[in-house]
Amino acid sequence: MKEHTLIVLLQDRAGVLHRTVSLLRRRQFNITSLSVGHSEMPGISRMTLVVDTADVTQVVKQLDRLVDVLVVRDVTEAPSVQRETALAKVAVDEDALFALITRVRDAGARVLDVAGGSVVVEITDSPVRVDAFVEDLRTMGLRELMRTGRLAMMRGEVEMSRPQAFREQGDGAGEEDAA
Amino acid sequence: MSAAMRTGAQIICEALIRENVEVLFGIPGGNIMPLYHALWEYHAHLRHVLCRHEQGAGHAAEGYARASGRVGVCIATSGPGATNLVTPIADAWMDGTPLVAITGQVSRAVLGSDAFQEVDITGITVPVTKHSYLVSDAHELPRVVAEAFHIARTGRPGPVLIDVTKDAQLATVTPDWSQPLDLPGYRPAQVPHADSLQAAADALSRAARPLILAGHGVIQSGASDALLAFAEHTGIPVITTLQGLGAFPQEHPLSLGMPGMHGWVHVNRAIQACDVLCNIGSRFDDRVTGKASTFAPRATIVHVDIDAAEMAKTVRADIPVLGDARRALEALRVLVPTLDTASWRATVHALRAEYQPRQAYVRRERIAPLMPYDVFDVMHETFARRADWRVVTDVGQHQMWAAQLLEWRRPGTHITSGGAGTMGFAIPAALGAAIAAPNDTIWAVVGDGGFQMTNQELATIQQEGLRNVKVAVINNGHLGMVRQWQELFHSRRYSGTPLSGPDFAALAHAYGMMGVRVERVEEAAPAIERAWRHDGPSLVDFRVDQGANVFPIVPAGSSIGEMITQ
Repeated sequence: MKEHTLIVLLQDRAGVLHRTVSLLRRRQFNITSLSVGHSEMPGISRMTLVVDTADVTQVVKQLDRLVDVLVVRDVTEAPSVQRETALAKVAVDEDALFALITRVRDAGARVLDVAGGSVVVEITDSPVRVDAFVEDLRTMGLRELMRTGRLAMMRGEVEMSRPQAFREQGDGAGEEDAA
Repeated sequence: MSAAMRTGAQIICEALIRENVEVLFGIPGGNIMPLYHALWEYHAHLRHVLCRHEQGAGHAAEGYARASGRVGVCIATSGPGATNLVTPIADAWMDGTPLVAITGQVSRAVLGSDAFQEVDITGITVPVTKHSYLVSDAHELPRVVAEAFHIARTGRPGPVLIDVTKDAQLATVTPDWSQPLDLPGYRPAQVPHADSLQAAADALSRAARPLILAGHGVIQSGASDALLAFAEHTGIPVITTLQGLGAFPQEHPLSLGMPGMHGWVHVNRAIQACDVLCNIGSRFDDRVTGKASTFAPRATIVHVDIDAAEMAKTVRADIPVLGDARRALEALRVLVPTLDTASWRATVHALRAEYQPRQAYVRRERIAPLMPYDVFDVMHETFARRADWRVVTDVGQHQMWAAQLLEWRRPGTHITSGGAGTMGFAIPAALGAAIAAPNDTIWAVVGDGGFQMTNQELATIQQEGLRNVKVAVINNGHLGMVRQWQELFHSRRYSGTPLSGPDFAALAHAYGMMGVRVERVEEAAPAIERAWRHDGPSLVDFRVDQGANVFPIVPAGSSIGEMITQ
């Protein structure tokens, strides 16, 4: 089993998220993380999906078979940036506040709110660095944690919006009849 | 109301006519009533067949599709009408049968409120449909119906559901028939890539022991002639899966028979011995492969399939060829030379001589009790004299005996529920096939268990005046295949398998059909002849021995090299 990060472009239509998640569930693919939202194109949603699987090509092909799915791309080995966001509430007394703020600043995180003995902080970073920051917060009085799914984007001039660039298995495959 | 305006229900009817639909199988109910109201006007173009249960309507549409090669259409109301369609939709999904199911839904204003007969049928069917629509705006109907038929019939065919709210059926709008299909994410493969074809051809050209495995895809792409030409040109022997029966003429010298759990020994041995296995249009179902990791261990596997997701799903695909089976075969015919397969064929024929295919069924004389395989031998003799027949089988022992013992010569003559294994398929599917092929005699071959699941459709057969439906009940008083597994693998504990039933011949009479009972083998041939010649639907109740088993058998989960022969 290995963790794979997939970028999926899908038609923004009723039930599309249900179809995608239902497919992954019934094929016994394990979802580690899922985020979905608007893309730069109206009517097209973008999903970053992290799955734990020994056979990622089956995941890709099964997703690709869904009518509303436009592009599926495994970016695990591709040069890409990956980000997660976490909100954390930490209970601190005044003595510990300075240490927390120092740690937040060192981590490149932000304090969003200080009220009634607790601090809400936000971090947006690579999944590994978010993990490390959260582990630190656990030693400093972590009370609540909410993490998002992963967001991924490939580096450089890579066209995600042209479905056929990734869907075709060869020159002829996928072509409609001229008739 | 202007001349161009139509209700949503009328638009559905006109859209179906534009898709060349001629027959619909269904049952009306509250939330589909506007569509039935409109059907009244379009009855000259759209024949509605009233079934007795929505499951029957769904299987009838499947049988129609399988016999005609067209898209089958079934209709049901919301709630229980829709849920009763789930089994045939799942059946069509597993066997790649083109099906469009239209269901009524509660009005948009009450959607999601648990209204009377509201069920989330698009949600329920997500895992077993190629695609589905919930339509609450009548303007969308021309495009949605066109898309549904396009998706159902192209690529690997399959079921598409259109759920239409009652208010959308009632709304009066001006339909726009010029709306294009909006399916940018749906691009089924067609033309196989030249590199993959060349790789397949290279492997086949070098093969000493090549084998063709022909599946349902050969039939669906109309590739039977291309397969025959390819096999005869190259000299490669052909095996056919359950759903591929009829794709290649079984009387042909290159035909070896069916592989898998109940395949002949020499066929499975050939798979285990071959050095190139060319799978055309089969999805390597576990009933074909047995334990997948031990399947065809010496072979380079060429897998021709229209669905990329079927490649390497269960069995490795050393050379995947993505595309239409007919196009692939026509291309390979040019690329692969005539091969010297004489010694390989001699090896397989020697295996066939050693492991006599029917060895478990050989009897010194045909005496009481009536053995089921004797019935199939008699059927085979009767069928061999005729060409104008098709057989629809149910699921279980009789299905395997029919597959093994009848001779399948033409595509579309063998119709069965394969992947889903849906008992109760045969009677309604036969009625659909009888409408699709009115000049053929349709034999529904069914066990007494499956028959009692959907035999209410005999009323539909009678009401529709389908004279060409003949029913053969292989009646052993048991859920026979389960009984067989209990005997072989569950210490003969016959839990829940003995089964009683009414006098089926008398039941046939009650439905206005001819009905006869056969208890001795010498009665079988005259009864089949009589049923065949009878000018109307007829039924033969074959009271067969309850202890007969299907052999050979590969125990579930075992290698196909390990067969129990008797």
